[in-house]
Amino acid sequence: MRWIWIDRFTNFESKKTATAVKSLSHAEDHFGEHFPGFPVMPAALILEGLAQTGGILVGESSNFQEKVVLAKVPNAKFYREAMPGEQLTYTTDVIDLRPEGSVVKGRVTSGDDLIAEAEIFFAYLDQSRSAQLFGDHNFVFSGELKYLLGLAQRAALGDGQKA
Amino acid sequence: MTQDDIYQKVKATLVDALNRDDDEVTPSSRLQADLGAESIDFLDIVFRLEREFGIKIPRGELFPESIFQGDPSLVAGGKITDKGLAELRDKMPFADPAEMDKFAADPKLDNMGDLFTVNLIVRYLKSKLGV
Repeated sequence: MRWIWIDRFTNFESKKTATAVKSLSHAEDHFGEHFPGFPVMPAALILEGLAQTGGILVGESSNFQEKVVLAKVPNAKFYREAMPGEQLTYTTDVIDLRPEGSVVKGRVTSGDDLIAEAEIFFAYLDQSRSAQLFGDHNFVFSGELKYLLGLAQRAALGDGQKA
Repeated sequence: MTQDDIYQKVKATLVDALNRDDDEVTPSSRLQADLGAESIDFLDIVFRLEREFGIKIPRGELFPESIFQGDPSLVAGGKITDKGLAELRDKMPFADPAEMDKFAADPKLDNMGDLFTVNLIVRYLKSKLGV
């Protein structure tokens, strides 16, 4: 399974806010098992989409030099299920952006409906320790995330609304 | 702002940061042993206190980290050395002297987390805010 849970950014203001959308297709594997005959998106995957949106927002603030990892979800609330055919909008706002870590507040909507809200705490992997373990390669922002990251950067430059 | 105002705000902060019930947080609660705080929670708590009280808390000021860095002159054989204890007292002038003496009597590194109590945060904020 491709581990990318947002489709594209629709808004990106560096160090402030990022909005991404995700269209839910019945063809996605998780709907087959969650649950047979009653397809609803697993809440953890909704949270992952929010974390990817917020993680790129945080990562961009340091020009993707840091390895941003999800450290803690202090709270998350889920208001209703998300079903195939819906388009989720993930909006994340920076609460704290610090060298030690960052916090974003996020909300997930589908049309006018509030689907979920969560606060997400990101930490940065220690540069020297991470180099020992993984080398210089930034494994967090690679592959598919890097593609989206390009879109996010273009959006940040102001020409990416429809990137 | 009175000491009780500070305590109530600290309590609310910890209830949010550690997902605890209101009545689980008391002045003597230890963040790790009683409230289940992990390392990332300490950072979360610091950020929340800054927002709640409108202050800046420099890294390591409330929860000193240097003692944890494995410096052999500060920690040896799983215990904090005399030099380490002196450094700890120096870095945490806001700590309750009685609590610090109690820790100094058996300064096992494993016990150091017991110093980090709700009361310690309140005392720190009192000194920081000049209450």
